[in-house]
Amino acid sequence: MISEESKTRFAREVAKYPVGQKQSAVMACLAIAQQEVGYVSEEVEIEIAQYLEMPVMAVHEVTTFYNMYNQHPVGRFKLNVCTNLPCQLRDGVNALKYLEKKLGIAMGETTPDGLFTLQQSECLGACADSPVILVNDRSMCSFMTTEKLDQLVDGLRAAGDQ
Amino acid sequence: MKAQQILSQFRSAGIETCFHGRHIEPQILAELNGSNWRLKDYEGRGGYQALRKILGKDGSAGMTQDQVIATVKESALRGRGGAGFPTGLKWSFMPRQFPGHKYLVCNSDEGEPGTCKDREILEFNPHIVIEGMAIAAYAMGTAVGYNYIHGEIFSTYDRFEEALEEARAAGLLGDNILGSSFCFQLHAAHGFGAYICGEETALLESLEGKKGQPRFKPPFPASFGLYGKPTTINNTETFAAVPWIIRNGGAAYVACGKPNNGGTKIYSVSGDVERPGNFEVPMGTPFAKVLELAGGVRASRKLKAVIPGGSSSPVLPAAIMMECTMDYDSIAKAGSMLGSGAVIVLDDSRCMVKSLQRLSYFYMHESCGQCTPCREGTGWLWRLVDRIESGQGRASDMDLLDSVAGDIQGRTICALGDAAAMPVRAMLKHFRPEFEYHVEHKTCMVPAYV
Repeated sequence: MISEESKTRFAREVAKYPVGQKQSAVMACLAIAQQEVGYVSEEVEIEIAQYLEMPVMAVHEVTTFYNMYNQHPVGRFKLNVCTNLPCQLRDGVNALKYLEKKLGIAMGETTPDGLFTLQQSECLGACADSPVILVNDRSMCSFMTTEKLDQLVDGLRAAGDQ
Repeated sequence: MKAQQILSQFRSAGIETCFHGRHIEPQILAELNGSNWRLKDYEGRGGYQALRKILGKDGSAGMTQDQVIATVKESALRGRGGAGFPTGLKWSFMPRQFPGHKYLVCNSDEGEPGTCKDREILEFNPHIVIEGMAIAAYAMGTAVGYNYIHGEIFSTYDRFEEALEEARAAGLLGDNILGSSFCFQLHAAHGFGAYICGEETALLESLEGKKGQPRFKPPFPASFGLYGKPTTINNTETFAAVPWIIRNGGAAYVACGKPNNGGTKIYSVSGDVERPGNFEVPMGTPFAKVLELAGGVRASRKLKAVIPGGSSSPVLPAAIMMECTMDYDSIAKAGSMLGSGAVIVLDDSRCMVKSLQRLSYFYMHESCGQCTPCREGTGWLWRLVDRIESGQGRASDMDLLDSVAGDIQGRTICALGDAAAMPVRAMLKHFRPEFEYHVEHKTCMVPAYV
């Protein structure tokens, strides 16, 4: 189920750690699998457990401990809006509310067309850039005024329709 | 346009937050512009000269491990991650004669609310961290290192990986560095959304591929660290400070800061200021100056309070803060801590109950659940603050808050419990009337916001 391309990336991660410590690569492997599959399914956990020669439950413990692993399918674009105090002071909460209104969903929900999932998130580590939004775990979007939020959502919607 | 092209339009270029030209005598962020992060640029700024110096590849006799550690001790460099522990002393704890594997770890899991400096160091000057780690590895006789990077800053992780490739290709990492007998393999690892992994033993657990629950100390990482082997963990900014110290000497580093607080420090200023960003200034710079660099309080409002060292540090009212200089000792004397150097500024329109409500939610959300006082207590704190904020508070709630916080503090394996308790107690200490007003009038003392 996990592609050979992703498995090649797995191998690069495993090579970073000493012999007998393959498990150290589980964080990276789960992130790579999530990028490919969209979320960490039970099948993904089983496959990674076999690849890293560790118990499936130990993989599951990692999936469920870290906030960014999707335990369920999410929209094509997962938008994480930071609302922690430094961002709250600089329109982070307003950005979240604006997106709720624009997308017609509450935080934690996915749009009916499956394009967007909107989540509130804890500190992204980019406090001076507030409002900040992390898209699909890997792209930080900074200084997101309402105009930029419009551009982001409209742009992604157009890209997603293609 | 493809999705990736759209997203790249919103990527920060660091212009507002880092390349504003308002650093004072910078060492780490000096001469950066966002595009000069590569190896050749770094070498053009004097990069890797310190590594050549200790290895005797600059025509000198080189430096022994003891000499490197002594220089770092003399510099009064203190850990930039939050605890402020003397770096040279930490390095001297490593059992250098230990025959097996030893590890060096860089803590770039920057998740303390308000802190955003390591991201910009790694993004715009990654080689300074690589060089600092290589020097540390040489001093402590470690052959393998990892830089554990906050999962939320993935583009920074990719950037660091790219810098590692450059350093390996140039013989600055790997076997027989610069033709010497010194070998050091350095790799990047990443988190994936767990504040607790910024705690050093939780980070080690995560690096071992487990959930990040902190370990009981002792034993300390210097004797039982990664894979049970001796390990030293320092913050990104700490490693980034090392090349300058080796090039210029420990005394010069102290001279540009103040005694016991050597060097420069990068302050991440966020919240109610005109120009939030990172500002690298000498230790001991007055807070008022740092505030001025950030453009002052937003919209010319009055300063109400400052959380001086990341969300876990006790809040200080404006009057106290304006008297402080920005260094470990001055902020500690004022009753707070310099922490990670994240300065969260609140103006006079801010409600302290609402601010604490958000912070308490964060600690509840991020408690790893291992210790009962923290797991149960952080939820209790949030529910109490939440009910005061929503007009359901009782007159006895403030004492109860203080009591719950007191029962968490000092009773947990790691410092997250303290981090959750300290803001509560400081808010009550300095702003209790606001909490009482909320309970009595079921509304806020200050105008509503957000």
